[in-house]
Amino acid sequence: MTEFTELGVKDIRDGVAAGSFTAREVAESFNAAVADAAELNAFIVTTPDHALAAADKIDADRAAGKTLGKMAGVPIGMKDLFATHGVQTTAASHILEGFKPEYESTVSQNLWNAGAGMLGKLNLDQFAMGSSNETSYFGNVNSPWRKAGSNAAMSPGGSSGGSSAAVASRIAPAATGTDTGGSIRQPAAFTGICGIKPTYGRCSRWGVVAFASSLDQAGPMARTVEDCAIMLEAMAGFDPKDSTSLEMDVPAWEAGLSADLKGKKVGIPREYRMDGTDDAILKSWEQGKEWLRDAGAEIVDISLPHTKYALPAYYIIAPAEASSNLARYDGVRYGLRELPEGAGLQDMYAATRSAGFGDEVKRRILIGTYVLSAGFYDAYYNQAQKVRALVARDFEQAWAECDVILAPTTPTPSFPLNSLNDDPLTMYLNDVFAVPASLAGLPAMSVPATLTEDGLPLGLQLVGKPFDEQGVLNAGLAIQQRANFTAKPEKWW
Amino acid sequence: MSVDKATVAKIASLARIKMGDEELERMVPELNGILDWVEQLGEVDTSAVQPMTAVIPNTLRLRDDVVDADPLTGGGKRDDVLANAPAAEHGFFGVPKVIE
Repeated sequence: MTEFTELGVKDIRDGVAAGSFTAREVAESFNAAVADAAELNAFIVTTPDHALAAADKIDADRAAGKTLGKMAGVPIGMKDLFATHGVQTTAASHILEGFKPEYESTVSQNLWNAGAGMLGKLNLDQFAMGSSNETSYFGNVNSPWRKAGSNAAMSPGGSSGGSSAAVASRIAPAATGTDTGGSIRQPAAFTGICGIKPTYGRCSRWGVVAFASSLDQAGPMARTVEDCAIMLEAMAGFDPKDSTSLEMDVPAWEAGLSADLKGKKVGIPREYRMDGTDDAILKSWEQGKEWLRDAGAEIVDISLPHTKYALPAYYIIAPAEASSNLARYDGVRYGLRELPEGAGLQDMYAATRSAGFGDEVKRRILIGTYVLSAGFYDAYYNQAQKVRALVARDFEQAWAECDVILAPTTPTPSFPLNSLNDDPLTMYLNDVFAVPASLAGLPAMSVPATLTEDGLPLGLQLVGKPFDEQGVLNAGLAIQQRANFTAKPEKWW
Repeated sequence: MSVDKATVAKIASLARIKMGDEELERMVPELNGILDWVEQLGEVDTSAVQPMTAVIPNTLRLRDDVVDADPLTGGGKRDDVLANAPAAEHGFFGVPKVIE
């Protein structure tokens, strides 16, 4: 019997289309695997009926000889940042606990239209603010990975930590993620899977709980580059309901996959060689260069001089946008309401938001409020937006010398849960390599490279020109074919 | 620039987040740590740079000037809009008394 939970997106789609097995069998296997993995805490709610109904429809469509969609028969995990009609959507916050949207986000609707089904809503850092999945109101997500010889619970990364844990543990063949400053790539790297953030505007933000609107982008997380290409094709597309949606056709990324990099130049940014970067990371970066050279690419040194300022600029811009976006949670229209005895409207707002937001969310709202306040706007927010323009210009200049950039995804491998909580700044540094591409709106992907001596996965990051997801995917494929990363976490849950 | 407890209390009030003394005390060093760190942006010469307004060049579109051009975001959705309200009354959002 086929072990369905070992199959990825392409295997399932092709197997269902060929009649090797039914979509229902696949959905049942994954539903059972999800039910058996409560200890990972990857899901906030599970929706086995949704997965089964979608599967039955695919089986019926196939029997009727209808054309099947790009994701036909594939049950996926949906990050709980996407509004799903009638299914609780919380952004892992207390303030949205119990919120059941009356509408469906464009990205999730696109996936259902392509024939996918939903296993459940995946846990995340609260409002996608965090890099370790420790800020969720619904508890930490446990990575399926553990250090060799240790039982300490490890971080699956964040904010898409439920997504990364679910895909790495084989309880979902793929999951949606969102990336504001690394939230797809960092968790993918921590758990030995692939994840791509497309060019800003490729995926509609309509129905995605907003964090920092000029940065937020949805993307797929799966175990192979091919699976990411397939799923991204299904997720992307122009949406008139999102004013920043790109009015462009979705390229045939899957059909365009090629690991032959002859004639391509791969840039190695010298500023990414930072103090505090793990030796194993630097070694895997060297290895990555070798792999891409072997695929026919020429390796060139490039400079991105404002790299060091990207992260501090991000921690002004993202909280500023968040403080504005999160003003909507007022206890009036949806979500939590705290109404102390005799309280007026203003007191109700303040009490609701105090009870409904977690510490990290409050911290970022306060920072954002401060940097946007009268007298500080120019010194902080405007300066950060100017630095952001310089970070983007660095990349534009680099594209004169190379086609794609290779860098580590993270400065360290995964760390034990509760080990970095004392200082928010240390946690922020996790995204030092991921944030520059976010600020510039560029497509960027993490692909698993190797394991550390402790048995923890490391990822390599590829950053491409605007709209060149294909170049990123192709370089990712070249690495995947040479890294031959087959390690998977030993089941302890 | 650094913030003291009174400033944090003022920001929290602007952000409509009720905070007790203990929470304010805890936030002061955390916010100062972050603000000290972002201070390094001052080193960058940005005198000849325009602040970024759009990360990927794009033009703002106008939708068709018709009622309910997109039924999902058009009108006639009162019950849907109110479905998740903590206190919906008579087809409206209910709030505590605002006018004395």
